Amino acid sequence: MAAAENYPADLKYHSEHDWARIEGAEAVFGITWKAQDMLGELVFFQPPAVGAEIAKDAVYGEIESVKAVSDLVAPLSGKVVAINEKVESAPETINDDPYGEGWLVRVELADPGEAEGLLDVEAYKQLLSEE
Amino acid sequence: MPGLLRTPLFDRHVALGARMVTFAGYEMPVFYEGLIGEHKAVRTDSGAFDASHMGVLEIDGPGTHRALQGLLSNDLDRIHPGQAQYELLTNEKGGIVDDLIVYRRGEDEYLVIVNAANRETDVSWLTDRLPKSANFRDVSDGRALIAVQGPGALQRLELEPAASFTFAEIELFGVPCTCARTGYTGEAGCELVCAAERSVELWDAILAAGVVPCGLGARDTLRLEACLPLHGQDITPQTDPISAGLGWAVQLGKTFTGVERLRRIAAEGPDKLLVPFVMDQPGIPRQGMPIVPYGRVTSGSHSPMLDIGIGMGYVAPHKTPPGSMLTIDVRGRPLWAKVVTKPIYTSSRNYIDRKGEW
Repeated sequence: MAAAENYPADLKYHSEHDWARIEGAEAVFGITWKAQDMLGELVFFQPPAVGAEIAKDAVYGEIESVKAVSDLVAPLSGKVVAINEKVESAPETINDDPYGEGWLVRVELADPGEAEGLLDVEAYKQLLSEE
Repeated sequence: MPGLLRTPLFDRHVALGARMVTFAGYEMPVFYEGLIGEHKAVRTDSGAFDASHMGVLEIDGPGTHRALQGLLSNDLDRIHPGQAQYELLTNEKGGIVDDLIVYRRGEDEYLVIVNAANRETDVSWLTDRLPKSANFRDVSDGRALIAVQGPGALQRLELEPAASFTFAEIELFGVPCTCARTGYTGEAGCELVCAAERSVELWDAILAAGVVPCGLGARDTLRLEACLPLHGQDITPQTDPISAGLGWAVQLGKTFTGVERLRRIAAEGPDKLLVPFVMDQPGIPRQGMPIVPYGRVTSGSHSPMLDIGIGMGYVAPHKTPPGSMLTIDVRGRPLWAKVVTKPIYTSSRNYIDRKGEW
């Protein structure tokens, strides 16, 4: 069952419709409700390798619906320490719960200070209203 | 959006909450609730598609049959009034201008349904070549076309089974329509042509009978699983019917536009052939991706029924036997794919059950 539109206040947002939940020296990444809604039902997740170094604003993986492909853009830099295997085997989990069960990767942050460059929920909602 | 066309069912699509896209100049539903559910509804029970964007042509009058026999690839002498036939409209080089279905209504009376994107091309192609004695009418704007497809479709509509590629004038839910046993999903069902002003009534009655409304997204994945080519992707004016595996719809023994070239291709054997394939590892092939080193993917998607990537593309003749391995370049990742038999998947037949044959 697809989730209703929502944008949690405790997340940091990237303008490419990716989110980060910062937990101390680590962060969890995912895509926003808007991103999954634009793509439609997701059927494939191409994750990075565990241990891969990923860079803020660069592509770290791909996500596909039946009709479309989208790059995953890293909101922050760091080293991948875990990927969500549930999403690998059942990508539709992202549609059902984009901020919870549908998380994509866990990253050990290279520079927690980078988070200052991300959008808060109000700024992200403003961006959506302008698109 | 300005300048876009709408079918007579546009308001119904909006009311059903459809996600709309532009296709061949029309605002069309790509899905309502979700593509995968709609796809599965057609494979397991029934789905209804608004295909009113397609071109509907009426051609009749003395000389019509003879003229069409000289323009279309299949043998029109083999069908009688009440029967339909799949045709390729070919150019002088044997390239495919369009694929279409003709419905023979009388000795010299035909209904022709053509792809929306090619409607103008077809109209000028045909009117330039038909004799003055033939009457040609493009009635597309006054008609609606609703396809009802799936193993449960006929039962939902309380229609008796009939032979594939036949049609009749009937009243369905009180609406007069041409009911043809044709479709674009690989399933049983029908395609209904009715007056535009009665189409909302017919659509509502079909949905009330429990048929699931389906968008163009499912239409594309269904036709790809069934290995039915899409003009503009799998077949084009630069590809010929023999190479596309459509030789069954070509009568090389008769005279029609481009036949000399097609006889030569058939005799010498094509350089490349259109084959269906399924991915042998995770990844989704998409139109335009290289099939290394043979060619390109002409159609590719995720198969909702098999839950793997599937596609079609042109490959060298030695790579056409089922089981042959291909390499698809999926955005820089070389992935294995395997050539399979047609259809990849329909409710009654699939490549997996036929694996023992190869």
